[in-house]
Amino acid sequence: MLKVAVVRKRPEFTLEASFAAPTPGITAVFGRSGSGKTTLVNMISGLLAPDAGEVRLDDEVLTDSRAGIAVPAERRRIGYVFQDARLFPHLTVAGNLRYGEKRARAAPQLIGFDEVVSLLGLAQLLERRPRQLSGGERQRVSLGRALLSQPRLLLLDEPLASIDAARREEVLPYLEALRDRFAIPMVYVSHQFDEVLRLATHLVLLDGGRMLAEGPVSELSLRPELQSIVGPDLVGAVLEGVVTRVDPEHGSADLTVGRGTVQVSVRGAPVGSRVRLQILARDVILAAQPVQGLSVRNAIASTVTAISNDDYGQVLVRLDVGGETVLARITHHAQKALNLRAGDAVWTLVKAVSTRGHAFRITPAGV
Amino acid sequence: MPSSAELDALRLSLEVALRSVAFSLPFAVLIAWLLTRARFPGRMLFDAFVHLPLVLPPVAVGYVLLILFGVRGPIGGWLRAHFGIELAFTTAGAALATAVMTFPLLVRAIRLSLENVDRGLEEAARTLGASALDRFVSITLPLMLPGILAGAVTAFSAGLGEFGAVITFASNVPGVTRTLPLALYTAMQSPTGDALALRLALLSFALGLAGLLAAELLVRRVRRLLGP
Repeated sequence: MLKVAVVRKRPEFTLEASFAAPTPGITAVFGRSGSGKTTLVNMISGLLAPDAGEVRLDDEVLTDSRAGIAVPAERRRIGYVFQDARLFPHLTVAGNLRYGEKRARAAPQLIGFDEVVSLLGLAQLLERRPRQLSGGERQRVSLGRALLSQPRLLLLDEPLASIDAARREEVLPYLEALRDRFAIPMVYVSHQFDEVLRLATHLVLLDGGRMLAEGPVSELSLRPELQSIVGPDLVGAVLEGVVTRVDPEHGSADLTVGRGTVQVSVRGAPVGSRVRLQILARDVILAAQPVQGLSVRNAIASTVTAISNDDYGQVLVRLDVGGETVLARITHHAQKALNLRAGDAVWTLVKAVSTRGHAFRITPAGV
Repeated sequence: MPSSAELDALRLSLEVALRSVAFSLPFAVLIAWLLTRARFPGRMLFDAFVHLPLVLPPVAVGYVLLILFGVRGPIGGWLRAHFGIELAFTTAGAALATAVMTFPLLVRAIRLSLENVDRGLEEAARTLGASALDRFVSITLPLMLPGILAGAVTAFSAGLGEFGAVITFASNVPGVTRTLPLALYTAMQSPTGDALALRLALLSFALGLAGLLAAELLVRRVRRLLGP
């Protein structure tokens, strides 16, 4: 368990956060730019000292302002992947990778050089200089360098932010491979919700230096605090399920979620693997009666549990779908037309295609 | 054909400049680091003091050195009593006078390169387990290398021609402290020295030009090696 409770007050900015992140596991620190995410991870790393508070990793105290404990960053064994990679320009890729490895001789050697090189696809790059690398390659080297320092915790500060969107796939699959291969706990800073959905299990929400909420991603996806940060188009319940049938030809899979089954659009998730799925509220259709002759692949009997006006002039409907909660956004007119009230039975319709890009395998592909 | 007086002066100038740079380089790195990174009271005054030789008359610097490092001076007397080192009127003394005069050039160049070192890289090294000294040696120093080299070559070139402080502190002893500019000055004083003076002047000119070009080429090459 990583326990963090810190305060840092500056005239222009105050940061206050306290959370407990499961280890191993990936905890996302999520918030807009300027919400204090980097300041928070810098305090975990020891690069920045809090005015007051404590940081504990698996019962080892790293910072305790009351007891006057502040383990220096170089002795914390916490790996840090910076937004701008920060590769050493005077060393080759191999030299960069070996830098942390050489200084971690005393630590248990859990991660080997050859393994990191092959896992991150660095074999062709070893003799190159950092300036000869693309943005994605730089981040992979930076990731490898941090891993080889045999960290007990890995901090990733928006590792994809300086890479253009089209090239993020040069890095994201490697992050998944890392999560599947090593049990290193990670704190992943991001302001992109799709990255959070894809990688993280636990979520810490920051806004303007204040922690709004923390908890499992699926739980927080239903909270208004998250909804206000991601905006109307990315509001939607996050569910987890197990793949029971795959149709590789069409890239679809049947997922058992709660007591029901949904058909989703996902690739690379074999039978038995776990998949995390976000059903965007704007993509959900509600029907008062069973429907026929529609192309929609998922039509599930469900119950309305709550109706509220959202911040965008529309109606957010909370549904109980086979024991799981799903959110649907509809207009006032639609609500009136269906005469929807809490307790009503409705049919929840979700197109399998609309889940594409919102469903990700979260356990190793081999399981 | 160059005469032996010319060769002596050239050899001496090279020796004095080389010794002065070798001696002052570690101090220059330390002081550049203090001026860039450390916060202490009186830093501005210290900064001004380091740069003083740039604006003082060289003769005044030589005079102060004579007072401090002369045979009966507080430091000179101590060095002589404990280590048998004599500085006044020796080649080592000429090197010391040159070192003091070229020190600001060295510090300025090194400081500029240190200011350009990305602190973020040192932070990265820190998270990879490098202690403060380790970080300095493995990251900061190599990244400062272009500045250190440029400073060293510039200081060396300037040191070849240091006149006022050398002649005041170390005098004008043939073969011991008579460097190129002192030999040139001596030749100019002699009624038959016109041809020698001209040759020495041309030699100084060529050395200075070569030094500046070498500094520039060296910096470019190292920069290319280090990357942006």
